[in-house]
Amino acid sequence: MGKKASTFTNMTLTLFVITVVAGISLGYINQVTEGPIAQAKLQRTTNALNDVLPEFNNSPIDDMWKLKTEVVKDSIEIYPGMIDGERIGSAIVASSEKGYNGLIKIMVGFKPDGSIINIRVLEQKETPGLGTKIKNEKFISQYRDKNPATFNLKVKKDKGEVDAITGATITTRAYSEAVQLAYDILMENKTQEKTNE
Amino acid sequence: MSEKIDQKQNFLKGIIKDNPVFVMLLGMCPVLGVTSTAFNGLGMGMATLFVLLMSNIVVSIIKSQVPAKVRIPAFIIIIASFVTIVEMVLEAFIPFLYEQLGIFIPLIVVNCLILGRAEAFASKNNLLSSIIDALGMGIGFTIALVALGASRELLGSGSLFDFRFVSEDASTLILFILPPGAFIALAYLSIIFNKVTAKMT
Repeated sequence: MGKKASTFTNMTLTLFVITVVAGISLGYINQVTEGPIAQAKLQRTTNALNDVLPEFNNSPIDDMWKLKTEVVKDSIEIYPGMIDGERIGSAIVASSEKGYNGLIKIMVGFKPDGSIINIRVLEQKETPGLGTKIKNEKFISQYRDKNPATFNLKVKKDKGEVDAITGATITTRAYSEAVQLAYDILMENKTQEKTNE
Repeated sequence: MSEKIDQKQNFLKGIIKDNPVFVMLLGMCPVLGVTSTAFNGLGMGMATLFVLLMSNIVVSIIKSQVPAKVRIPAFIIIIASFVTIVEMVLEAFIPFLYEQLGIFIPLIVVNCLILGRAEAFASKNNLLSSIIDALGMGIGFTIALVALGASRELLGSGSLFDFRFVSEDASTLILFILPPGAFIALAYLSIIFNKVTAKMT
């Protein structure tokens, strides 16, 4: 089993061949998976939209527009839900970086009057079994049908009205902050959007 | 390679005698990081098994063509390519698992178990032995991760593979889902594993 001698030419050639083969195969796999990856992402957004908005017959993904704010790094996305051109709700993707492990990204569905329909978590890195309870029905139900105009979105520890998850106050705080941000954006853009059209 | 390797022994050593987690304590980063649930452990184990198998196969095939002085960079390129393939395939077809494992998928590249097997075994043995070695080691690794994940999930959230045994707000030993719990659970499982296998042999 004679190994090749470690001459300069041999070493260069071997590494060159290996990297070229690796590069070509990665390029090929990337081409194959590109479509499904994009589709999986789109599917996730569609699923979330169906969960947080009442029935709609437009295509919120095509009607979506983005906003830049100074509060968070990611741009805010607004998806309008409409039936025959009439706005029946808005889904807003907002985030907070103050989660226990950083970013928490959620989608909040609002009725035209500003009350919350439903909330879905899109991205989070919270502690499994602890912070991840923000996905549980029991936690979300306390936000449902509440209007942030009258419902104080801070956790009870901070003199608000939200019941924090036991052992995950930081997560709850960040989550509530993102909901509040979504609400603020909605209120700011309610009038703006009308003048745009 | 004059002596013939007993393939059954070769396969079983990865699971019992040289178990990568409980005996050799290799690849601790994913072992401690992702095993907060049994399902995560299983996913990570399967991903590692695949990369280990593919890298052992390729290394074993090209071993006589690689000059000794550049073998480590050559192995790393091969391993990194397969890890990237796993990452892209997971993101495309099992996005749920991809989100759960997060940063730990790219980190498979630096899992010393894989480079260790490429260097210590696949670069010295033939294709068949290398495949069996990879399967044994990979399965041993997966079993260890699932065992660790299952015990942490059971103690920490009172569930197993997302099947709950206690009500949602029962107080469980949250410590076991947090990083320190990973070390504690690993230590006790290693003791039990080594006690049991010492008796067996």
